Amino acid sequence: MSGRFGKTWRGGEPFIWLTGGALALALLLVAGLIGLILYNGLGFFWPRSVVRLTLADGTSMTGQVVEREPVPGSVGEYRIKLKVANRDLYGADFQWVDEVKVARRDYPPEIAVIERTEWGLLIGRLSEMREGDAVVAKGPEAALAELRKRVPEAARLRREIRGIETGEIGAINHEQEALRLRAKGLERKGVTAGPELAAIERELASLHSRYKTQETRLAALRAQQGASVVVTADGGKEKALPLSQVLDVYFPNAMGTPAKAWHYVTRLWEFVADEPRESNTEGGVFPAIFGTVMMVVIMSILVTPLGVLAAFYLREYAKQGPFVSAVRIAVNNLAGVPSIVFGVFGVGFFIYFVGGSIDRLFYADALPTPTYGTGGILWASLTLALLTVPVVIVATEEGLAAIPRGVREASLALSATKLETTLRVVLPAVMPSILTGLILAMARAAGEVAPLMITGVVKLAPSLPIDGFWPFLHLDRKFMHLGFHIYDVGFQSPNVDAARPMVFATTLLLLSIVVLLNLFAIATRNHLRRKYATSAV
Amino acid sequence: MGGNVGITASLNPGAETASILESPMVEIDHLSLYYGEKLALKDVSMSIPKHRVTAYIGPSGCGKSTLLRCINRMNDLVDGVRIQGTIRIGGTDIYDRSVDVTELRKRVGMVFQKSNPFPKSIFENVAYGPRILGLQSRSDLEGIVERSLRGAALWDEVSDRLHESALGLSGGQQQRLCIARAIAVEPDVLLMDEPCSALDPIATARIEELMLDLKNSYTIVIVTHNMQQAARVSDYTGFMLLGELVEFGVTRDLFTNPRDKRTEDYITGRFG
Repeated sequence: MSGRFGKTWRGGEPFIWLTGGALALALLLVAGLIGLILYNGLGFFWPRSVVRLTLADGTSMTGQVVEREPVPGSVGEYRIKLKVANRDLYGADFQWVDEVKVARRDYPPEIAVIERTEWGLLIGRLSEMREGDAVVAKGPEAALAELRKRVPEAARLRREIRGIETGEIGAINHEQEALRLRAKGLERKGVTAGPELAAIERELASLHSRYKTQETRLAALRAQQGASVVVTADGGKEKALPLSQVLDVYFPNAMGTPAKAWHYVTRLWEFVADEPRESNTEGGVFPAIFGTVMMVVIMSILVTPLGVLAAFYLREYAKQGPFVSAVRIAVNNLAGVPSIVFGVFGVGFFIYFVGGSIDRLFYADALPTPTYGTGGILWASLTLALLTVPVVIVATEEGLAAIPRGVREASLALSATKLETTLRVVLPAVMPSILTGLILAMARAAGEVAPLMITGVVKLAPSLPIDGFWPFLHLDRKFMHLGFHIYDVGFQSPNVDAARPMVFATTLLLLSIVVLLNLFAIATRNHLRRKYATSAV
Repeated sequence: MGGNVGITASLNPGAETASILESPMVEIDHLSLYYGEKLALKDVSMSIPKHRVTAYIGPSGCGKSTLLRCINRMNDLVDGVRIQGTIRIGGTDIYDRSVDVTELRKRVGMVFQKSNPFPKSIFENVAYGPRILGLQSRSDLEGIVERSLRGAALWDEVSDRLHESALGLSGGQQQRLCIARAIAVEPDVLLMDEPCSALDPIATARIEELMLDLKNSYTIVIVTHNMQQAARVSDYTGFMLLGELVEFGVTRDLFTNPRDKRTEDYITGRFG
């Protein structure tokens, strides 16, 4: 028996199974993770049917079934979790219902689901349309017809108001701030009166009158937003919803698959391209996507030259010996330092020391409000560059070590200097390795959250780091980040249950962005590899 | 230096050397080289005649590659190298402090044991040297590339794929490309460090043929393991042993009538 086992063991068969099994298990775990994220993330945008449950006691509840689970303690009984929405009417988004109490289920086609700018979804029956206090249309059909007619106009108004608020009024604020800083600068120089100050006063006055004009425009626009739609929900509760808050109205029970698919696509687009609403639990994540990508790009721009130059010195110029070996070991170990340590360093050195000095030297007029002396996208990117620089150094060094000595000698023998050899032969040949390092660095940086939380990421950034005001690129601004967004929505939001699908959708998006950035870098690397393939002879 | 037809005999008391009745290109005079404390070349003196093929033979580790690499100062790259004596090319001491190494390497080209084309196109490989010397004009470069590739007997095989990677060539073609790359800067001397050791007999034959062609324009110094090769291609042969130049003379004389016992032992296969 033991002889036979011994023979099998020496034959290597069990070891092959063991290794194969380990790989299969690892793949299964990854596939499970991705599958879970895909299912939950992509399922979120599919319009679900709305069910009306009539309970044994005669009351009815309307909502979307979220999950079904066994009732703890009683065998064979199930309960369902119903998203009844209407947070402002009921106080909670979700209700648990024991299945035994349900007398009847039906799917009334006239139930409307309304997406609005506040309070989450509204689910109920349209009953009338009002203009001010006057009823314009009564009954579900008439109200719907009127609603359909007016929604585009309401959306246009909303966009126009938003446009004025962020565009014109934003510009006025910007100029006013610049004037305030100029006045403060004069004050510091001891100028308390004179033509310059008078000029500032005059400009301020003109800004103020410009602001008044915009304010009147806004008031006029807001006066047109008097219409509201009245929705009746379970228990006879009514909600008069101002049309200005209505984003979308749809009837999931009456929709066919194509209509649902179209709705799905529009929701997905809104998620990717819109700004977040209601403390990030609704709406889109565009600013977070923008912030993540921009931070990774800035980080790459900072880390590549730094890491490559350091690696070149270590491998090409430094005299190899115990000291260089010690440096190499230290660099390798730096990659294992917990990221929050880098975050703390970023706060202490970049923000307080470097940023504080920049503020004192160049932005003294704005103090005590810090410009660079507080978290911002530049400092976050720098911190991540520091975090990932070992990866680039190690990859570049390995690439340099792999370049055959003969190639360098050939260049030197052709009367090239060491510098010419480095720039014309070594650098092109090591390019693929540099990109490999950059890929690893980007993958790490895009997924990192902890150091960002203290160096410049915020829950909600008022503006993007790139905008229309000079100098267009604002590296001092705080920014949003998908990784932090996941943490914030999943664990810090007031309504975690309602926000959970959003967490999965955001996770999926973050994964896709990391994959996209990597694919881009890998494609570039393969292109370069083909161009500069090193000798295999 | 032209017209020097006198007797340029190296008077090396340690070695018997032949009198060479030709104008010298490279004159090595009492050259010793140390790697740290280790003596790698022991008081070598010889003169290498112009437009001839001179071969160094000897067992592994005898210092023949080291001697070759002294002629274009490639040994400078090695840490802890110390050199005594002089090497003169065209009358100038190349180890003089005023000599610019890149200037020297422009005059002394080199082909290595392992073919080492750059990971670039065939064209760029050959144009590398001229570019380093500051040549920019595309048409001039094209002329040089064609001339060099023809010179290395490679043009007919690669003329239709000049812009493909040099690494796609066969081993023999790569080595001929390296020769083309070396002659593209028109050196006076061409050093070849066992150029055929990694090649099959047919590729070897082509390179040997090429050497006989090239010696009309260049002074060639070749290191080889292969005594038949030395006998076939070289006009003069030096036998080295343990860092010492044991015997140096006209190839035929050295192979048929060696003056030193050690040379005789080596070429008859009793040793090495």
